Amino acid sequence: MNLLDVDNLWVKFPTRTGIFDAVRGISFSLGQERLGIVGESGSGKSMTGRAILKLIRPPGQIIADRIAIEGDDIIAMNERQMRKVRGERISMVMQDPKFSLNPVMTVGDQIMEAYRTHTRSSKTDAKRKALEMLEAVSIRAPERVFRAYPHEMSGGMGQRIMIAMMLIPDPRILIADEPTSALDVSVQTQVLGIIDRLVKERGMGLIFISHDLNLVSSFCDRVLIMYSGRIVETCQADKLHEAQHPYTRGLLNSLPRLDAPNRRLEVLQRDPAWRDAPSVSGRI
Amino acid sequence: MNAVDISDLNVWFGKGRDRVDAVRNVSLTLAQGGSLGLVGESGSGKSTILRALTGLAPSWTGQMTVAGKTLGRRRTRTFYQTVQMVFQDPYASLHPRHSIDQVLSETLTLHGYRDIEPRIEKLLADVGLGPSYRFRYPHQLSGGQRQRVAIARALAPEPAILLLDEPTSALDVSVQAEILNLLTDIRAERDLSYMMVSHDLAVVGHMCERIAVMQNGEIVETMSVEDMRAMRMTHPYSKHLLSASMGLPTDEALSDL
Amino acid sequence: MTDQVSQSGWRAWLTTDTPTSRRQAKLSSWYHGWLAFRGNTMAMFGLGILVFLILIAIFAPLIAPHDPLAQDLGNRLKPLGESGHFLGTDSLGRDILSRLIYGARITLYIVILVALIAPVVGLFIGTVAGYTGGIIDATLMRITDIFLAFPRLVLALAFVAALGAGIENAVLAIALTAWPPYARIARAETLTIRNSDYISAVRLQGAGPLRIITKHIWPLCLSSLIVRITLDMAGIILAAAGLGFLGMGAQPPTPEWGAMISEGRRFILDHWWVATMPGLAIFTVSLAFNLLGDGLRDVLDPKDGGS
Repeated sequence: MNLLDVDNLWVKFPTRTGIFDAVRGISFSLGQERLGIVGESGSGKSMTGRAILKLIRPPGQIIADRIAIEGDDIIAMNERQMRKVRGERISMVMQDPKFSLNPVMTVGDQIMEAYRTHTRSSKTDAKRKALEMLEAVSIRAPERVFRAYPHEMSGGMGQRIMIAMMLIPDPRILIADEPTSALDVSVQTQVLGIIDRLVKERGMGLIFISHDLNLVSSFCDRVLIMYSGRIVETCQADKLHEAQHPYTRGLLNSLPRLDAPNRRLEVLQRDPAWRDAPSVSGRI
Repeated sequence: MNAVDISDLNVWFGKGRDRVDAVRNVSLTLAQGGSLGLVGESGSGKSTILRALTGLAPSWTGQMTVAGKTLGRRRTRTFYQTVQMVFQDPYASLHPRHSIDQVLSETLTLHGYRDIEPRIEKLLADVGLGPSYRFRYPHQLSGGQRQRVAIARALAPEPAILLLDEPTSALDVSVQAEILNLLTDIRAERDLSYMMVSHDLAVVGHMCERIAVMQNGEIVETMSVEDMRAMRMTHPYSKHLLSASMGLPTDEALSDL
Repeated sequence: MTDQVSQSGWRAWLTTDTPTSRRQAKLSSWYHGWLAFRGNTMAMFGLGILVFLILIAIFAPLIAPHDPLAQDLGNRLKPLGESGHFLGTDSLGRDILSRLIYGARITLYIVILVALIAPVVGLFIGTVAGYTGGIIDATLMRITDIFLAFPRLVLALAFVAALGAGIENAVLAIALTAWPPYARIARAETLTIRNSDYISAVRLQGAGPLRIITKHIWPLCLSSLIVRITLDMAGIILAAAGLGFLGMGAQPPTPEWGAMISEGRRFILDHWWVATMPGLAIFTVSLAFNLLGDGLRDVLDPKDGGS
């Protein structure tokens, strides 16, 4: 059974000039793999991630034939049931840890809280588990970080703490929305390494949302390329550079490259037909 | 004569115990008509050099010479007719309540131009925006279009040196290609000297002939772009930075900061 | 038919994304603001009350059924609706409705004058302090703190006592006590705006502090000040009423609402309407200003403006 099945997902926002479709009827599934979703801003990739957690705020609407986590359809679930699903079965790491951590609580208290909302465990138990988790994300002085406040942490450290917090209830699926784009390159490789190791060790599924094609192609197993709310192409990540769709090709060619210098960069010519073409299935 | 000469530059923020030394003993030159890229991670002081040069960072020591003139504490209007800057975030560098027309006409007025109407039209055309954009407000423009407006504003006083502070890091890659091409064309047309700050080595490698690598406020190595492409660098930190940005495995000892 | 076409033509002209002249761009941004404001029912309700009040003030001589100053001692303290007095009469037999209608003029006069003086002073002091920083900032802000430390009515009382009673002096006193919060807001806004890239960018064009403050910082502070003014209006009306109530504002027989309550309080148990009617008027206008302020905040807040 797949960890996640999404059938015909739409995300709609009413505006003054009519309804805006951020995501337009996409279907995909996720196994025990690293699935990358790439696209430019406004392509609907982040909305897809949020829709799976049902985190679209009204008046935004999520419409889908089915969103099933290990076979359980979450479309019909109410907010109370969803709160149990979030964290326990599916979790999310966002772009900037600065905005996701509570600035007036110590790191340890936040991780413990994340654990204790999902398990009825004692404080000492939660603390032991939190320290274990901090160690799992390669923090060398977990005791010190446990007592620290978020502002005392660097960006890379903050993101590791976020990962620890999100993984402590042992979810089956992790959604990472641009988890490293606020970080420096060297820290970036490190955080990705940690995510990779944990996802493998625990047999989880990872949805990795990013605008960075090179990163996705080197880090993921399979890639969905999104354009204006639809999936235009799907391929094996290591074959991303052989992608066929003109949009994917255009994105790849517009990147400046150190190994292949040229005076002018290729500019992406957008074809209106891409927008109307039906979505490609991202099922396994 | 060099476009920019900087020697022994120190820049700091705050005073007493809160003092942070952002730039330490930096010396660099930008050749006339040349292009220099400053790379480094966040907090390495690369943007601070640009801010000190333009007078936006007030506490500094050392010597800065632009087009043969040594800079004092205050920048004159003539200075700003030689040096202009494009900022990182086009969403933050345009006044939210000023239309494009207001932005450009104010800039031209400040520099004492009289023929404002034709100049605005020319500037917009130069950065690839039609006249229909002239009376729009920033919120009616996309990120790339805003950055074009910011470039037009920087070009208005007809400067000889353009400072580029991560001009494309807030943009999508396809838009980044358009803006980088525009900057390449403008430089060729107007014979400009560029000093560009970026964390993206590929972008700097595309735009610049010389590259200075910064770490903790100091320049650790300066090299030509050919040397960088061929991985001919001496300092371990520059090697580490390059391999990290090429997606290669990095030296653990350095990355575990 | 042609009417409809020209109307939709106007609308298209106003809502276009590609304005072709300075004037069209300005008008179009105003129109979008108005569209957003119009969507807020409560704010429109507040605006409606205020327009109504302004019309009453303008046409007071035409609307008022009686002379607001004419005394009729034979008809003292008549209850509501009796002998042609819709809201009754006061202790000197004057028609309360007519006095309320004429009182709208005085209330508006006070409100407008205070709104013209206090925010302008506050804006000027706050932005100068925030932008220049250092010793000027410290000095200006300590002066502001001193004014803030006194309860508004007490300070206003002291001013009126020094200047003498009367509407103009009441206005002056209220304005002098009302500016410090505006200065605080303007300074706080300036501190966040001061370091933004668009201010740096205009400094790189060689613009001086005066130009930056007036042309770049003021327009951004203005919206939060306007919102704050409308929310403060209720307080200003109440302060004016309070001064009137204490006999320091408008002098008898001027039909100022606060003074009317003050007169009526002697009979509040037996003839409740004498004090209640002007009280209700103050309440309604204060509420209207508060609703308007809430709506304006949604429209004008620069933090999510335009997006």
